[in-house]
Amino acid sequence: MTAPALPRFRTCGATGHRIDRQAELLVRFNAVVAVVALLVGAVAALLLILTRWQAVHLLPAVWYYRILGVHGMNMLIFFIIYFEMAVLWFAGTVLLDARPAAPKFGWFNFGLMLVGSILVEAMQWSGRADVLFTSYPPLKAHPLFYLGVILFAVGALGVVGQFFATLVIAKREKTYKGSLPLVVYGAMTAAIIAVITLVHGAAVYIPTFLWSIGLIPAVDPEVYRLLWWALGHSSQQINVAAMVAIWYMLGALTVGAVVLNEKVSRSAFVLYILFISMASAHHLLVDPGFSSAWKIVNTSYFMYMAVLASMVHGFTVPAGMELGMRLRGYTDGLFGWLRRAPWGDPGFSALVLSVVVFGFFGGITGVTIGTEQINITVHNTLRVPGHFHATVVSGTAMAFMGATYYLLPLVFQRKVAFWKLAQAQPYLFAFGMLLVETGMTFAGSFGVPRRHWDISFSQAPFDVQFSPAVDLFLAIMGIGGILAFTGALSFILIAVKSVFLGEKVTEFPRGAIVAGIPQGLTNPPVQPANADALNEAMHAESRGIAGATPGTLVLVAVFLVAFMLYYFTNWKLLTFLWKIG
Amino acid sequence: MLTKVHTGLDPVPGIWWKPAHKAERVWVAIAFAWCMVLFAMMPLFHWKGGQNPSGVRRRVDPKAFYARTMAFAAQYKVGEDRGLPIVQPPPGADVYLVGLTFQWYPILKLQRGKEYTLHLSSLDVNHGFSLFPLSINFQVVPGYDYGLRVTPTAAGDLRIICNEFCGIGHHTMVGRVIVVDDAGKPVADNRRSTIPNGGAR
Repeated sequence: MTAPALPRFRTCGATGHRIDRQAELLVRFNAVVAVVALLVGAVAALLLILTRWQAVHLLPAVWYYRILGVHGMNMLIFFIIYFEMAVLWFAGTVLLDARPAAPKFGWFNFGLMLVGSILVEAMQWSGRADVLFTSYPPLKAHPLFYLGVILFAVGALGVVGQFFATLVIAKREKTYKGSLPLVVYGAMTAAIIAVITLVHGAAVYIPTFLWSIGLIPAVDPEVYRLLWWALGHSSQQINVAAMVAIWYMLGALTVGAVVLNEKVSRSAFVLYILFISMASAHHLLVDPGFSSAWKIVNTSYFMYMAVLASMVHGFTVPAGMELGMRLRGYTDGLFGWLRRAPWGDPGFSALVLSVVVFGFFGGITGVTIGTEQINITVHNTLRVPGHFHATVVSGTAMAFMGATYYLLPLVFQRKVAFWKLAQAQPYLFAFGMLLVETGMTFAGSFGVPRRHWDISFSQAPFDVQFSPAVDLFLAIMGIGGILAFTGALSFILIAVKSVFLGEKVTEFPRGAIVAGIPQGLTNPPVQPANADALNEAMHAESRGIAGATPGTLVLVAVFLVAFMLYYFTNWKLLTFLWKIG
Repeated sequence: MLTKVHTGLDPVPGIWWKPAHKAERVWVAIAFAWCMVLFAMMPLFHWKGGQNPSGVRRRVDPKAFYARTMAFAAQYKVGEDRGLPIVQPPPGADVYLVGLTFQWYPILKLQRGKEYTLHLSSLDVNHGFSLFPLSINFQVVPGYDYGLRVTPTAAGDLRIICNEFCGIGHHTMVGRVIVVDDAGKPVADNRRSTIPNGGAR
């Protein structure tokens, strides 16, 4: 009892939020481990891209498949879920001015996740789990691989439970008035989906672990695929919900985005919870274990209700930004609000790039290739990674990066290092990834398989000659991969330098422009005093449908036309195949 | 009456269940209508379309399926390539193709415009049936027989790529399907193509 105890809370210099120090530490540790996983995953990505780019063909076969497993685990599980744990701690405590539930248990869970991840890494790198990310039985890995995943999932489930407990505490201690903010509501959606997902994870990995140590004789390969994808795809829906929550958050912080209508946005989140875990079917459309009726109902999230939810957010997020800016006086023309937006703020550019690429590329390709019949032309080709890199990387990871530029000053209390680089990073990363996704999608439409070491088939008994166009698309993918890797590495450098060697920042001088502090913190987008009256006027009946957000209406119309064109083109291409029934 | 202007970071005071503005209502209605179109397309295509992954599906013992395939190959064998039988079943027949690490067995010879029931399964692990260059793709799961009624529409010398990771030799797993035209005219028989480096890297 020598050092005086620090007060439990500190007050944020920019937002006035009351921040619990334990919660803040949990956010920091989870975010740092997420960035470490991102680094491992990104190096793996570069090696993979340089192998799939057939002209380079870097890795030998064994290491290609091994690194492919490492890449999947680090990116889709470790990076994303550690970051989401940070988001849950942040949204549950900081945004609600609340204390965390049982922080010591939080450290216990963090420890479980850490032990689990280290086990998985050890098994993968040592070649005892060469079963790729999906580990479909009867391919068998070392039992410690499955055990590692189970420990990680249990820890994550524990944190999700603590998040719910934190919400209860905040409500009971009345740390906020009224209903949860929309961003926290979105995080809660992600947490609920996480529970659904992780329960499926237990249902699939526990029997598989028992099988690997010889306690049960076999795991049905098709049942495994059904349950595994209820984990594997549904966990991507945690990302979607978390990403949309971050969209609303970054919109608010950077340009003062307003919530158009709480009912609409919250109902859309509820649709995610109700339907999105049916997405397991996306991977089983050309599988022998399921009837067409089952496939149609499930792949469409029961009549596309989760797609409807995304299309709703795809309107309300940009419309909220537009309205927020119009209320603050950016009223010129259809797109004046966009033209005069803070494009040099990496939090803002990351937000816009995430929304656009997720919607136009990830969303449209996802719905199209997830159509029962169209999937015949797509299953296990490079079009599949082409799609999900557009959602998970260009969408989710990009949004997480944008959020980090605000978390660094707010939670780590550090200036963003290498500020000029940080300003360019979202553009570099998004452009590189766009090339990767384009290259993969087009190469895949020639039938180039995913997860394949050698499409020159030099060791195969029969020759396979892909169109020369494939070489071009793989080169586009390769060049894009190098750019995206540079972007990811820049992000990691910026984050590491800021966290460990960054300039301390506790004051956010209003009105100043400070290198290393995103503009939304020093020049917060505050609405004018008469905002409510202005809002009423813009929504006046006489101004018609385009009264408040005309620019966004144009944007979503363009989106819908692109969607229809891509969707029906793919139906047409399908009809050129053999008759199949 | 609109909600007070606020962002997604603000707790919402009072009752937030309020009518949406016309622009949002219209967009939600359009999006909903589009979702119904997306949904209707799939059953509609089962009714009117020619490419559906329905098939005849049943559980099967992998060894029994393998034995059935061997018997089928012996019954309709018409030639050999690279040590694999070339098998030409009569139109309308049940055709068997088995995936095993790292081979598709046997080589199939089919006739253009005739319907066959193509049974796919695996002896060991998951494989991916990917017909090159058409890009027709099906998952091949051990213990499950996927019987697809297929009608080849053009003659050609096709390949089957394995597009599900099945082990370290996955990228060497290529099979062959020959589609002959009505006259039964053989297409290039692939015998002249050589394996670079004798198959070694």
